[in-house]
Amino acid sequence: MVEQLRSATMSVLVENESGVLARVIGLFSGRGYNIDSLTVAPVERDGSKSRITIVTQGTEMVIEQIKAQLDRLVPVYKVLDLTEGPHLSRELALIKVLGTGEKRAEALRLADAFRARVIDATTESFTFELTGATDKLDAFLDLMRPVGLAEVARTGVAAIARGVKTIG
Amino acid sequence: MDGTIQSAELMNSGAEAILRALKAQGVDVIFGYPGGAVLPIYDAIFQQNEIRHILVRHEQAAVHAAEGYARSTGKVGCVLVTSGPGATNAVTGLVDALMDSIPLVCLTGQVPTHLIGNDAFQEADTTGITRQATKHNYLVKRSEDLVRVIHEAFHVARTGRPGPVVVDLPKDILIAPAPYREPSGTPHRSYRPRTEPDPKRIEEAVHLLKRSTRPIVYAGGGIINAGPEASRLLTEFVRMTGFPITNTLMGLGSFPASDDQFIGMLGMHGTYEANLAMHGCDVMLNLGARFDDRITGRLSDFSPGSKKIHADIDPANINKSVVVDVAIVGDALATLKALIAAWKADATPQDRPALAQWWQQIDVWRAKESLRYTQKRDPGSIIKPQYAIEQLFKATRGRETFVSTEVGQHQMWAAQYFKFDKPNHWMTSGGLGTMGYGLPAAMGVQVAHPDALVIDIAGEASILMNIQEMGTLAQYRLPVKIFILNNKYMGMVRQWQELLHGSRYSQSYSEALPDFVKLAESFHAVGLRAEKVEDLDRVIAEMLAVDRPVIADICVDEKENVFPMIPSGAPHNEMLLGPEHGPEKNRGVSGAGLALV
Repeated sequence: MVEQLRSATMSVLVENESGVLARVIGLFSGRGYNIDSLTVAPVERDGSKSRITIVTQGTEMVIEQIKAQLDRLVPVYKVLDLTEGPHLSRELALIKVLGTGEKRAEALRLADAFRARVIDATTESFTFELTGATDKLDAFLDLMRPVGLAEVARTGVAAIARGVKTIG
Repeated sequence: MDGTIQSAELMNSGAEAILRALKAQGVDVIFGYPGGAVLPIYDAIFQQNEIRHILVRHEQAAVHAAEGYARSTGKVGCVLVTSGPGATNAVTGLVDALMDSIPLVCLTGQVPTHLIGNDAFQEADTTGITRQATKHNYLVKRSEDLVRVIHEAFHVARTGRPGPVVVDLPKDILIAPAPYREPSGTPHRSYRPRTEPDPKRIEEAVHLLKRSTRPIVYAGGGIINAGPEASRLLTEFVRMTGFPITNTLMGLGSFPASDDQFIGMLGMHGTYEANLAMHGCDVMLNLGARFDDRITGRLSDFSPGSKKIHADIDPANINKSVVVDVAIVGDALATLKALIAAWKADATPQDRPALAQWWQQIDVWRAKESLRYTQKRDPGSIIKPQYAIEQLFKATRGRETFVSTEVGQHQMWAAQYFKFDKPNHWMTSGGLGTMGYGLPAAMGVQVAHPDALVIDIAGEASILMNIQEMGTLAQYRLPVKIFILNNKYMGMVRQWQELLHGSRYSQSYSEALPDFVKLAESFHAVGLRAEKVEDLDRVIAEMLAVDRPVIADICVDEKENVFPMIPSGAPHNEMLLGPEHGPEKNRGVSGAGLALV
């Protein structure tokens, strides 16, 4: 019986206190779960709560385990597996491309097609800003490789449920 | 637990505020060891009389002692250690308590806040080190948080699935004045464990149980943690239903072992009848146990034909290794109450003839007498370890007796041959398997129950891991009895080497042992020794008659193994029985099994 692996995007609402991220990461490393992407930032006006978005992989049983394990951490308010329903997920990348001549022009054309914004330019470089789903960013980076991709910084995934559903 | 609604009273120092909070939390004894970073707390302890401090000889022992105290009283154990090595020495005890769900609060000293991160003298990143070793931990950085954190630590330790909580206390916080507030009772912001079971799940469980033909109840440490009333209700439920019941190592005492419906401990060294009943049942009711690998054996063959009901306070325990049909999240006491009520309310008659047939089958397995052994009685005969435990048990019947153990063969023999009829009388390191647990745990039990008989059933190797605590026994006149089954080997290691590694006894012989009689005497205790079968009863009687700490060195058969045994990676119906049951067919152990522990 080979169980199917699936990807899961989880939102974890936590008390914004020292060590809380270490607790979450330590749980993943200690129990051998994957982290494909992780983002965290305060989301309440007073800074008292943070939202962690984790993209992970596992069998259905392991994903259930991850949710239960996260939920029992003392500073965790809520765990939501967004992949259980329709949801939106986005990440942002800053992409530096080096080159001159035709390659440089090609990079700019492709960027335009992907609606990447030029946020910095020199005669030998462009830095693009691109927001989108992970696969869109991956596709763009694949296209940039032959035209001088030199460096990339990605934020990791932020995600939210579609419609009226909220984490609270 | 936030406490802001009450007016605060300013205390002269953080240390005084802590002691007041501990008193409010019902702490009457602290197990600890002083050092530079916690001197202000020791000073505050010196100036009061309500909380007693027991000075251990090593911080690991302080935690095990607090575990023994907690397990025998149902209260939260309290530990106090200094920064750096004080905290790191406590880590083994913390993980032990985490694995066995024992409620503890461990206060650790820390260097002053302005020195944190500076590699200061006796600095360690205690919250970093203990994050995965505790249920939760705190570093107090502001005096106004101090008392709230202490109250919260006790709340987190005792509620939900209990566990150890560390509060790391920088020295400047201990010295500066701090506001004191009583615990507020306001629910915690994010931590709200579920304790009441879902009535629908209870109904589903009763539906399955009423229609079962080969049921079994499998009860674990969760029953003990839920308090003695849970054990009473478990007994009521099992008697009401007529079901057979087995206990995990942690659950022993939650149902009277002397009752006919008890079919013994299950798992790797469980009885033949318990394991085969688990294998062959049609409905399994797991109450407060967690399908540990020592219980399940090979997962793919674990109780293949049964519907499984799992009640646990920790949702993370459910469907972790074994997929169940009905999951009940809740406290064991609340769950048992609900089960009993639902059982009475459901008019479906039980299939009594089927149950009677199931009992007939179990009796056939019982007749195998899987715990049988032969003790030669003629003078000069070597003592069998099983016999030593049985004689000890007989000699202590009728007395309020608490038993702790170290880890290894002696632990399994104690679990098999010492019968517990009441909860909270059996203290053993189940999850972590910590050698050196038993002596300090017994110490903690004896502190909580000064007039009771407290016995640490030990091995000669384990006992040396915390032998320094003999000093603590002497200082506080704690009359703990240490009953060493001395086979001159790390017996369980030797057993595995015999069965799995071609009898190559690599590093498992206890070379250069001390003379335990003289060792006892040097620590102001009584030392006794039994070398032959005719010595045994006399030594036990002498040991029990003395109102002082005793080491009884019982020289037992060096080659005895613990049976029955389900080798790692084998299913329940492939159990090895002992030499009493004829020469064992050499099945060998699979490659996969060899890699397991």
